[in-house]
Amino acid sequence: MSSLLKVENVHTHIGQYHILQGVSFEAKAGEVSVLLGRNGAGKTTTLKTIMGLTPATSGAITFEDEAITKNPTHRIASNGIGYVPEDQGIFGALTVEENLKVAMRKDDDSAKERQEYVLNLFPDLKKYWKKDGGHLSGGQKQMLSMARAFVNESKLLLIDEPSKGLAPVVIEKVMEAINEMKKQTTIILVEQNFIMASRIGDTYTLIDDGETVQSGQMSDLVQNEELKRKYLGIG
Amino acid sequence: MKSKFQVNNGVLLVLVAALAVFPFVSDSRTWTILLTQIFIFSILAMSYDILLGYTGIVSFGHAMFFGMGAYTTAIMLNKFEASLGVFFFSIAIGMIIAGIISFLVGLLTLRLKSHFFAMLTLAVSGLFLVLAEKWRTLTHGNDGFTFRAPELFKDRVMFYLLVLICLVLVYFFLRRFVSSPLGRVLIAVRENEQRTKSLGYKTLHYKVIASVVAGIVASLAGSLYAVSLRFVNTSVLTMDITLDALLMTIIGGVGTLIGPIIGAGVIELAQHYLSGLAKEHPIFERWIIFFGIIYILAVIFFPRGIVGTIRYAFWKRKNKDVSVVLNTSKVKEVAK
Repeated sequence: MSSLLKVENVHTHIGQYHILQGVSFEAKAGEVSVLLGRNGAGKTTTLKTIMGLTPATSGAITFEDEAITKNPTHRIASNGIGYVPEDQGIFGALTVEENLKVAMRKDDDSAKERQEYVLNLFPDLKKYWKKDGGHLSGGQKQMLSMARAFVNESKLLLIDEPSKGLAPVVIEKVMEAINEMKKQTTIILVEQNFIMASRIGDTYTLIDDGETVQSGQMSDLVQNEELKRKYLGIG
Repeated sequence: MKSKFQVNNGVLLVLVAALAVFPFVSDSRTWTILLTQIFIFSILAMSYDILLGYTGIVSFGHAMFFGMGAYTTAIMLNKFEASLGVFFFSIAIGMIIAGIISFLVGLLTLRLKSHFFAMLTLAVSGLFLVLAEKWRTLTHGNDGFTFRAPELFKDRVMFYLLVLICLVLVYFFLRRFVSSPLGRVLIAVRENEQRTKSLGYKTLHYKVIASVVAGIVASLAGSLYAVSLRFVNTSVLTMDITLDALLMTIIGGVGTLIGPIIGAGVIELAQHYLSGLAKEHPIFERWIIFFGIIYILAVIFFPRGIVGTIRYAFWKRKNKDVSVVLNTSKVKEVAK
């Protein structure tokens, strides 16, 4: 399988802090790559760096063989990278419908078909169609955030901690949705819930103190108790 | 798509009709002039709300666009014949100048973080104020100058009606603007700029568009203001004008178009009555102190503004009704 996104020895500074100190991994087309690590390891910053929100100070990021390291965020998004942030980033004053329409950026037949598809994936959103984003529950916001990123047929989706703060029953729904999205797009997932991550992920990258420690197949990590204990504190 | 922020057209029509017949049923010159001022400042406050309420941009330099309109109209009516043609032409020229300047200022400054942007707009606005003070051959400096308004406006009622028409047109134009897809993006920028960028929008472009629209509309308000006084001086470029627009927007309710109109009405009426109370008691000669207290209390107790507070009360009531319905159905379920 060809590499869709390649992150090579990326360093990122936020203010005076050196957050990413050498992150490298690849996301292959059609796979779910999971970024794992303790709190503060640099997983979220890695996603933000790929999106250009906290630009890399050195290293290289290539998407479909094109360097995107220095590209502005809007161009990276227009190239086909969707982002579901940890805080969901819902526009509270806009309704569910308006949130999706802002994300779609076009209003033709193909966009409408795509919207239908996404609403079938997240049927609950139809119920809250005219409700303000700010008045949704955490789970509904997560669904909307994922729907918004997926409605544009992104080639790559970056999803940051989709299970964070959600009830188990909602987590199941989110997992079902990601499994469905996985059939259509490549996903890079940041997830603290290892059970969920291991069920969805094809490959993993372990990040610790802003550095890539190890990458490989998820099935190998599941069986590697030492690695899990050392870097994830489980097992 | 009909925006949830819109007020029923029927209600608006009745209000506009009532305001249009007002000068014919009341012979109070004071009220006609006061309402004209309210309409003009409503236009200014609505333009400011495009920045603050819809895009989340705090500008301390909005007065420069108001002043550009005021000076352009005043200078043109002074230098050329005081005809309706020159008046409308001066409004168009003022709007074009304000559009170009707001585009350039926006392009250069809107990249900055909000507080730096606010300070820079203050500095640029200060530059225009100094320019107006020093370019005495054109502006007569701080002293300002009087000029003749078109013959038609000698009748205050005609000018009142023209300003009312402008207010209605600006309201509908801005209503269309904020409920368009572009308006939705502006709200998205206000809510979460980084997230809007991650959706593929070059947010700077949208902020500049908002800045240009706000600048053009403010210039129109400035042109009307100058003609209402038949006089212009550098006060139209001062921070006071920006602060008035800011407070009218905040007190009326940010993020709505009706809010700034109500805010303009409240503030203009408060100014009028508080300054008038000086005849009753000398303490009211310092009416600005009472005005300040009203501002502080309004911001503390009504942070959402008048319209925002009313809307919130309706929302709360509606949700209470929903929860009552839910509870009732729960009780019925249990009873079964």
